[in-house]
Amino acid sequence: MITELGHFSLVLAFFIACFQAVVPLVGAHRRLPGWMAVAEPAATLQFILTATSFAALTYAFLYSDFSLRLVTLNSHTAKPLLYKITGVWGNHEGSMLLWVLIVTLFGAMVAWFGGNLPPGLRARVLSVQAMIGAAFFAFILFTSNPFLRMPVPPFDGQDLNPLLQDPGLAFHPPFLYLGYVGLSMTFSFAVAALIEGRVDAAWGRWVRPYTLAAWIFLTIGIGLGSWWAYYELGWGGFWFWDPVENASFMPWLIAAALLHSSVVVEKRESLKSWTILLAIIAFGFSMVGAFITRSGVITSVHAFASDPERGVFLLGILAMFMLGGLTLFAARSGVMQAKGVFGLVSRESFLVINNILLCVAAFVVFVGTIWPLVAELFFDRKLSVGPPFFNLAFTPFMVALGLVLPVGAMLPWKRARLGRVIKSLRWAFILAVAIGCLAWAMQSGRSALGPVGLFLAAWLVAGSAVDLWGRTGRGNDRFARLTRLPRADWGKAVAHGGFGITIAGVAAMMAWEAEDIRVLQLGESAELAGYTITLDGVRDVQGPNFLSTTGDVTLSRAGEFISTMHPEKRIYPVAGMPTTEAALDNGILRDVYVAIGDPQDGGGWAVRSYYKPLANWIWGGAILMALGGALSLTDRRYRVAAGARKAPATGVPAE
Amino acid sequence: MRWLILCLCLTAMPVLAVEPDEMLADPRLEARAQVLDEKIRCVKCRSEVIASSNADWASDARVIVRELILDGASDQEVLDFFVARYGEYVLMTPQATGSTLFLWLAGPIMLMLGGGLAAVYIRRRATTKPATEWVLSEAEEARLKQIMDD
Repeated sequence: MITELGHFSLVLAFFIACFQAVVPLVGAHRRLPGWMAVAEPAATLQFILTATSFAALTYAFLYSDFSLRLVTLNSHTAKPLLYKITGVWGNHEGSMLLWVLIVTLFGAMVAWFGGNLPPGLRARVLSVQAMIGAAFFAFILFTSNPFLRMPVPPFDGQDLNPLLQDPGLAFHPPFLYLGYVGLSMTFSFAVAALIEGRVDAAWGRWVRPYTLAAWIFLTIGIGLGSWWAYYELGWGGFWFWDPVENASFMPWLIAAALLHSSVVVEKRESLKSWTILLAIIAFGFSMVGAFITRSGVITSVHAFASDPERGVFLLGILAMFMLGGLTLFAARSGVMQAKGVFGLVSRESFLVINNILLCVAAFVVFVGTIWPLVAELFFDRKLSVGPPFFNLAFTPFMVALGLVLPVGAMLPWKRARLGRVIKSLRWAFILAVAIGCLAWAMQSGRSALGPVGLFLAAWLVAGSAVDLWGRTGRGNDRFARLTRLPRADWGKAVAHGGFGITIAGVAAMMAWEAEDIRVLQLGESAELAGYTITLDGVRDVQGPNFLSTTGDVTLSRAGEFISTMHPEKRIYPVAGMPTTEAALDNGILRDVYVAIGDPQDGGGWAVRSYYKPLANWIWGGAILMALGGALSLTDRRYRVAAGARKAPATGVPAE
Repeated sequence: MRWLILCLCLTAMPVLAVEPDEMLADPRLEARAQVLDEKIRCVKCRSEVIASSNADWASDARVIVRELILDGASDQEVLDFFVARYGEYVLMTPQATGSTLFLWLAGPIMLMLGGGLAAVYIRRRATTKPATEWVLSEAEEARLKQIMDD
């Protein structure tokens, strides 16, 4: 019964989305206030209905209703409660339902908090958002319905893919979807602005929070995924340039570019058409991501639910929105006149450089991802494009970006003098060079990657600090003023510093990692980068829905005990799948990583241990980037705008 | 059934790679072999190198890499050995020949294109006169006056 209710509300939501896609748009065109105003209750209702539907599916998972095909395929009574809940989106159908839930949530948020938007723009935004919603509702209902019943319900389910039964991966998809779908919001704003024919600073201010939120969620989602890969796959890789990873990385890069170009729209009313174009492309990449993950056209290690029919449907949605958006752009972008004038050396110019670097980097990733497909279709060559290509072709853009970032971030708007900025940054630069040289001197005859990475990291962190300090002006009250700086300034410095921290982590890990792979008899030790790893024992442990072979490993250094580690090898009997749970000894400057392998014929166990310098900096940097974004999102100018809406009686907006 | 196949494919992923019994005794040769492992694709897996795959095929391939190295083959000869049997599909780094040249040049070409366009744009913005920029139309003036009077 509850399942049918969920199914029914999903169908209702689809019809409401169709209604909301048409009526407010016509209303905005003909200036009919009633037709426009209908968008808001419709958006709210759409969200409530989708949430009901999602709750119904969650209920079915919680109570292990195996009459539902989806629950049978992806759940099991013995599965821990947390993974029963996360199992809802650990599969194609459920994750699509989560996707539309977020689409409708963002739409509803415009309805709830968009009080200060002009009614015409609000109606159009909500209408475009409803079109996106309707397309995906149709996709779910016609190709991947989560509410299908089994003719004969089995006694128990087939369990969720054990790799997904992990906190890191359990929350990775919702964050990614929040990010992807957040970009649908900027798309809606862009299309609405094109229809309206007006883009101004106010538009930039309304779009920016959504872009920022989307980017923050993508950052967290990608970070979680990479962290999961690091401890789960058994050898400590953190990024594989797999098509599905690239699918999430391209929107992140474009969203980062959009974030910066919308600043120019907001503050200087330039780069308008470019920002609109980026907003359209960013959502395009989100959908390319959905297409790559779900169509199975490009093989990947974690493509789930590959199905040609779904692929074609998604491709249709992608083509419809991209062709529509770009045609509209071609027809209307001429209307938007840039106002701000800026000199060759100015923050605007450097933000243009930022945009070019980020977009070309995203383009390189895109070409590399689809090239195997292109080569096979058009040139009859079957080839692979793997990590070596991406490392080589992608890294230079990030290095260039890191090099110009601190300078660009400190330049004033409009017209600037490079000399002054360089003068205030000279100590940061000298410090960075010193750190790079130190790293170069301490390593012996290896690649330049490590020193260059540390140089860039120090340059970015010190540059951000100098920027922040420079904003406190002169005099002796500077520390107090530092705490009172706008949160946007703090956000910018923290996010840029985080970028540097991530660069340091990636470079150090790739340059100075050490590994040791050997058979250890019980009681034997291995030496690794000054650490001693002793295998004390191996025992069998019974988990809730798995069997584990757990090793007891002692980590010590120069005879001094550091910690006991418990690497595991698990078998999930229902799914018939093994997983590795590596043991980590986390440190600020290094991780020691131990994974246990198979028992060997001559006795003993295969033990892999890795020394991973600055490993946690990769995710620490990602957290800082997300935090920086969050700080910027809570800046006063957004809060004030929200406050003005809540107190309309005062009449005059505060800003 | 498809689900089962998917799972079987995935089993290749989480389990560990180079087994201790495959490794060469000489650490220098083993290091060379491991660099090569990162360049050769496991043809039975989904976008994985033989270094990280646990498929039987990958294991055999790792052993062959080491045998070839022991026989005195150079790195290029090892790669050629695999290309001769499995085509260029087996190489993780696509060769920069023929149509694939475009793949390698895509980034630089786009950078030059984008850089060129941006340079033109920035120059135009730098030389535009902002003269008429902030002049209000009559209607706007009237509206402004009305707001100010309120």
